[in-house]
Amino acid sequence: MRIGVLALHGAVIEHIQTLRSIGVEPVPVRLPEDLEGISGLILPGGESTTMRKLVARWNLREPIMALARSGAPILGTCAGMIIVAREIAGGEEPVFPILDVTVERNAFGRQLDSFEMDLAMPILGDRPVHAIFIRAPIIERLGPGVEVLARLPDQRVVAVRQRNVIAISFHPELAGETRIHRLVATMAAEYAEPREGTAAAGAEPWSLGEAL
Amino acid sequence: MTAETSTWATKKGLAQMLKGGVIMDVVTPEHARIAEDAGACAVMALERVPSDIRAAGGVARMSDPAMIEAIMAAVSIPVMAKARIGHFVEAQVLEALGVDYIDESEVLTPADEINHIDKHAFKVPFVCGCRNLGEALRRINEGAAMIRTKGEAGTGDIVEAVRHIRTLMSEIRRLASMREDELFVAAKEMEAPYDLVKQVAAEGRLPVVNFVAGGIAIPADAALAMQLGAEGVFVGSGIFKSENPAKTAEAIVQATLHFDNPKIIAEVSKGLGSPMRGIAAATIPEAERLAVRGW
Repeated sequence: MRIGVLALHGAVIEHIQTLRSIGVEPVPVRLPEDLEGISGLILPGGESTTMRKLVARWNLREPIMALARSGAPILGTCAGMIIVAREIAGGEEPVFPILDVTVERNAFGRQLDSFEMDLAMPILGDRPVHAIFIRAPIIERLGPGVEVLARLPDQRVVAVRQRNVIAISFHPELAGETRIHRLVATMAAEYAEPREGTAAAGAEPWSLGEAL
Repeated sequence: MTAETSTWATKKGLAQMLKGGVIMDVVTPEHARIAEDAGACAVMALERVPSDIRAAGGVARMSDPAMIEAIMAAVSIPVMAKARIGHFVEAQVLEALGVDYIDESEVLTPADEINHIDKHAFKVPFVCGCRNLGEALRRINEGAAMIRTKGEAGTGDIVEAVRHIRTLMSEIRRLASMREDELFVAAKEMEAPYDLVKQVAAEGRLPVVNFVAGGIAIPADAALAMQLGAEGVFVGSGIFKSENPAKTAEAIVQATLHFDNPKIIAEVSKGLGSPMRGIAAATIPEAERLAVRGW
């Protein structure tokens, strides 16, 4: 099974190495044809304004939206969270509006306010996740059907899931954390070869609302 | 579960987020917006681009804080700014402004010919220049969270940048091929801390991100740096000294991304107008070379 990593810029190699370490074949995605045959996609950290520009330049928006609509798991970390959001605070146009949330960019401030801490993330089990936040975004508004996966001690939301889309503010790929990638790999395996008795990939009617 | 700010992971991590991207020198908020629109992953705020610093002569210092603040207000991407080598008070000022990265830079006139800044003492991360592995590891030992090979800034001539990235990468490969008992002497010879030498030998790479700087003027220059092992590029005078800065900036971003795809590099290189005129690095007298600053 192969999982793509959007390789326009940013923390690409860290996700590639994390996927390799759990036995998944990573595929760097720079052009639409790179998306062929992948069962999931990771949108890494970096600068969302740079990625927005490059996604448009290399015609990646439609094929990635189609991949998301087909039910393939999509994981966005940091800038990746910003580009999957349906709304960006301040009114920037969304890039891939596949997650019904509003995100706030650079929500903690500048680099001097970057931080790390352990957080509870029950979906991964009892052991907390070591979360590194770098000029990180947060989720300001949750749409219906969006499940919260982790919060800061002050209750602000930093990890969510809506069906096949997971978005987190921090960087598991910098912390040697593999459980989130394992979760994505499990979802990707299910997408690639649905178990008997479950809906075939894409068969489930998809509704992402008027944004699509 | 308490939060820790300005850790090594967050300092080094921001550079990791910039990889594969282009960091552009800008001297006004308007330039900064052009850079951001072209797809720059960060900007370096400074008063004059290196070719103008070279032309003006005299002492080059930290930029006016008001100008740096105006650039920080103009864009949402990270903003870096330069302090003179060893001038830790300029660095304190830049930290107080809240810049995202400080470049302790040979492009400015050095303030200390013996010591570099103790970068561990700062909350803001630093990038420093190097010409070889020993220099890179000395800077990392002092706390640099990102490295750039120096090239010869303000020339538009890629030759020194090629020399420095080739030297750095081949020295890393050489360390990686050594027996462990040979690393002590290797550390002594390159005047670098043994622990870092040992780490590079084991991992086959620098412990921090490395970009190439100094002399990139056209998209193919950026792709050359990337093919030689850069993790991203700094472009100084090459953009705003070209005939068409916005197009040149955008083309360099695309060539950095698709550095191993000559068809795309050809495509993005079409019709950019004249690149910066430049000055052959070999014609610059030793005393006017910037890359030799740093110890």
